[in-house]
Amino acid sequence: MNRREFITRAVPATTLPFLLNGFALQAYGRSPIIQALTSAAFSTNRILVLVQLVGGNDGLNTVIPLDRYSSLSAARSNILIPSNKVLGLTAATGLHPAMTGLQSLYNNGQLLIVQSVSYPNPNFSHFRATDIWLTATDANVIGNTGWLGAYLDQDFPGYPGAYPTTAVPDPLALQIGSVVTPGLQGPAVSMGLAVTNPNATYFLPGGSDTPPATPAGHEITFIRQVAQATQAYTGSIKTAASKGKNLSTLYPAAGQNSLADQLKIVAQLIAGGLQTRIYVVNIGGFDTHSVQVTATDTTLGAHATLLGKLSGAITAFEDDLHLIGAQDRVLGMTFSEFGRRIVSNASGGTDHGTAEPVIMFGSKVNAGIIGTSPVLPAAPTVNDNIPLQFDFRSVYASVLRDWFGASPTELQVAITGTITNPLTSSVVTSGSVAGVGSGGNQPKEYSLEQNYPNPFNPSTIIRYELPAGVNVLLDVYNSLGERVATLVDGPQGAGTHEVNFNGGSLSSGMYLYRLKAGSYQETKRMLLIR
Amino acid sequence: MRRRDSLARIATAVLAPDGEDGLQEVKTQDAGASPFANKSTPSVARTTAGLEPYAGPWTLTQMYHLLRRTTFGPSKAHVDTLKSTGTAGSAVDLLLAPQADEPTQPLATSTSELVPGGSTWVNAIYSNPAINPTSARIISLKAWWIGLILNQGLSIREKLTLFWTDHFVTQISTVNDPRYSYRYNALLRHNVLGNFRDIANAVTQDGAMLIYLNGTNNVKTGPDENYGRELQELFTIGKGPLAGPGDYTNYTEADVKAAAHVLTGWRKYQNADTTVGTQTGYFDSTRHDTTDKTFSARYNNTVIKGGTDGQAELTAMLTMIFSQTDPDGVNKVARFISRKFYRWFVYYVIDADAEANVITPMANLISSNNFNVLPALSTLLKSAHFFDPVNMGCFIKSPIDFVAALIRQFSIPIIATDVAKQYAAWYALATQSAAMDQDIGEPPNVAGWQAYYQNPEYYELWINSDTLTKRRNLSDALVGSGYTTSGGKLQIDPIAFVKTLSNPADPNVIVNEASQFLFAVTPTAAQTAFLKETLLPGLPDYEWTTEWAAYMADPTNAAKLSAVKGKLQALLALMMEMPEYQLS
Repeated sequence: MNRREFITRAVPATTLPFLLNGFALQAYGRSPIIQALTSAAFSTNRILVLVQLVGGNDGLNTVIPLDRYSSLSAARSNILIPSNKVLGLTAATGLHPAMTGLQSLYNNGQLLIVQSVSYPNPNFSHFRATDIWLTATDANVIGNTGWLGAYLDQDFPGYPGAYPTTAVPDPLALQIGSVVTPGLQGPAVSMGLAVTNPNATYFLPGGSDTPPATPAGHEITFIRQVAQATQAYTGSIKTAASKGKNLSTLYPAAGQNSLADQLKIVAQLIAGGLQTRIYVVNIGGFDTHSVQVTATDTTLGAHATLLGKLSGAITAFEDDLHLIGAQDRVLGMTFSEFGRRIVSNASGGTDHGTAEPVIMFGSKVNAGIIGTSPVLPAAPTVNDNIPLQFDFRSVYASVLRDWFGASPTELQVAITGTITNPLTSSVVTSGSVAGVGSGGNQPKEYSLEQNYPNPFNPSTIIRYELPAGVNVLLDVYNSLGERVATLVDGPQGAGTHEVNFNGGSLSSGMYLYRLKAGSYQETKRMLLIR
Repeated sequence: MRRRDSLARIATAVLAPDGEDGLQEVKTQDAGASPFANKSTPSVARTTAGLEPYAGPWTLTQMYHLLRRTTFGPSKAHVDTLKSTGTAGSAVDLLLAPQADEPTQPLATSTSELVPGGSTWVNAIYSNPAINPTSARIISLKAWWIGLILNQGLSIREKLTLFWTDHFVTQISTVNDPRYSYRYNALLRHNVLGNFRDIANAVTQDGAMLIYLNGTNNVKTGPDENYGRELQELFTIGKGPLAGPGDYTNYTEADVKAAAHVLTGWRKYQNADTTVGTQTGYFDSTRHDTTDKTFSARYNNTVIKGGTDGQAELTAMLTMIFSQTDPDGVNKVARFISRKFYRWFVYYVIDADAEANVITPMANLISSNNFNVLPALSTLLKSAHFFDPVNMGCFIKSPIDFVAALIRQFSIPIIATDVAKQYAAWYALATQSAAMDQDIGEPPNVAGWQAYYQNPEYYELWINSDTLTKRRNLSDALVGSGYTTSGGKLQIDPIAFVKTLSNPADPNVIVNEASQFLFAVTPTAAQTAFLKETLLPGLPDYEWTTEWAAYMADPTNAAKLSAVKGKLQALLALMMEMPEYQLS
């Protein structure tokens, strides 16, 4: 494994007493070993960028079902994109003509479309539907945690108080914008921070407009300074922002495309080495109830402008990631709180609907189209909606499992609804699925065996079993809690694994080896006698 | 309390140069000043407006300003009342109107106070040697006081009660018998708009003060100078610039000694745990130095005739102190207390214009009204200076102000049918404020809370990275899942809050009216846009209207409630995290 590629992930504090099995608890109560074992690194350098299309995107005019074109014509003649203008992906499917960039990504194997994503009993309220998507609940359940927040909380127990650490120096998740998405809400606090502009003087609610030159303004400045100092990650964000440089020339000028502006910041921070796992960006305006196309040319208008921005922003971002050399580390995904109605309205727009296409992008996506074109009724009525093919929580589960190597247990916590099964096919290319490794026989449960021989001089074998593909960290510590070796660090497949540990130049004494595999962890002692 | 005890926490004693109030020496490390706090007082341009009556518009801006400064956070009902007053002057009259004495007394919440739960302990003896009720009674007293602040109607009284307890400082825990502290608290509350000299007279012979500044140990055979010093330095005439050895311009070390001799013989009833009704002071002529007391040239060599009438000597001494004038003819005591009022109600910087146009005429009003403070306070609060925009929003809320305003502005309900729970909730708020560095009834030393005198930081002492985080945590909890106390969960109902606005179906109304309600400064256009985006991310206005209408049509529908409530919670949480929310 390439050590450089990995960022850290901490051991759940709740397992701490287990670590001390066989040791004098008092003696180790405040020892460095606890520090070391509870903050030791476990890594992925993979990044997820979530793009929220706020307002409810009209999926049928975004990913256009050419094989259902006559039904489409019957349903929405006033906003219909002429079939000869559709950007073809397959014989059955094409993209809105404003999305030439995404068509290129598709042709280059960097785009994946999941058709007709929704959930049972869909809600038509913007706010409620957004909350359902972000909290990953059933439609009738009011969720308290976001899917990404609940996922991160499992890997970073004690956030925010216990962080940042040397091993976890950077924010876990960043919202580019002013308000952190509820999708990052953890059980206690939000796992994310909002950053409008990483180069700004203050990262504060309300922004950094210069206060008035009044006594009140004087105190605002003062309190901003204090508030800024309470933000533990100010330094690391600023450092990354100053080190990171955007290399793509495809970004539009600032202020032209808000999504591109946000993704540009994300790329800048990635280039600057920020070890943040999740970024959330958004673009509003998709609530196209009226005049979503121009009267004279349905390929133009408000919706076309939005899709053009979406396509242009992602294209520039991907180009930048390639130039930065980070393209293989970043997976992007779009979603909206709902799609829109099959039948357009008389105002030249579309009303709130249900299922929508989810688009993933990145050099590692398992490019293509999952699912069939939406099934449209032969004689659609105003209340008809697109039947769901895939529950959005299955999409989430796939992302967390395939991209981050999340365990089934982690998925169940992150996705609180009834559906936590991933899609049947992977959303990233087979070579890059987290947790696919050496394979072998299939153990029923995790286990870490006693090393053999023990005592040893100078080498010994450590054997462990993984029932599923998972990220693995196997470290060796001395009795002072200092890590002396990292034997395994990265995704491994299900099966029995053996690692040889050579004590080399280490002195005689007691050592600990600790296995962390997903949410499982175990520590054992071994004795080196020279 | 020994002065040397009170200053035990001093980390850096800055004895010179003395400032205008002579308080700069009390600089404590545990004040925890932020590294960003003032290094010198700000020189931002202010106003030349003085005490002439404010004649500008009487709008929500002025109403909120008046209520923020004179009460603990404007509530909707109080603003509505002020709207009907018509002028700033009549609104101030309403706030300064005489109040009947507070009818309630602190109640026991259990048998720990040594009286039945639900009854008051303020006169109850320490009847069980096995149980010391002091701690339980202190908790009850502080809770009750917080309750008064939370429930204060349209009156300046509680803001002034806190002022006077920060001026004539005693510490509840130092007095260590809450019966005295209750009586002291009630004394000051009764006199908030009364006669300054009379208050000084009453305080001097009050049991709590006699304990706190050792008056009760002040006997002719060994005079204790503690109270005689603080009476002059901190309570009345104030310490002026050091003019020579032991000469503080307004008084000298010799005057400290002379005052101590005047005050010999005042004592509290010795045994706090015997009978009821004795938690006050009295004069014991057998312990009094009956010789004549001669004061220094700073008091024109005044001689106070000795004898066995302690009250007569005290009156004579207060008359002497309260009649001193500066070379410009302004009464020294009146000027001293005017400055203190100014820093409590207006701003901490007193520049030359404020001194000439506000402090001096205020002081003259106080002295010309024989030290009745009402006319001066009324004039200040009705003045063009007070309502000048430059004096709005420049105040940093004290922790008590911050905590109380959260409860009052959002009308957060507190259980009133169960004394134990009600007091538990009130006390939880007292502990929150204490954690933010303001423990009600416990100023850090005899000089009071540093925020009102410590040059150059002043109010900025309230805010450091620790206290700001605590403030944010509390507002986040209240607006989110609730702040759980043993007296029940305290929680903001954002739906109820927006229903008090003129049109909760309009997102612009919500943002604008909530901003005006919660912020003492006008948000910038970018901030308003940011708040709107928080409420309604990426959506047109009518979508809020639609969602709100859907909820109103079906208010018991959990999904519809959640849809609008979540957005309102996000909006309010962020507003209260903004630095602007800390201002008053």
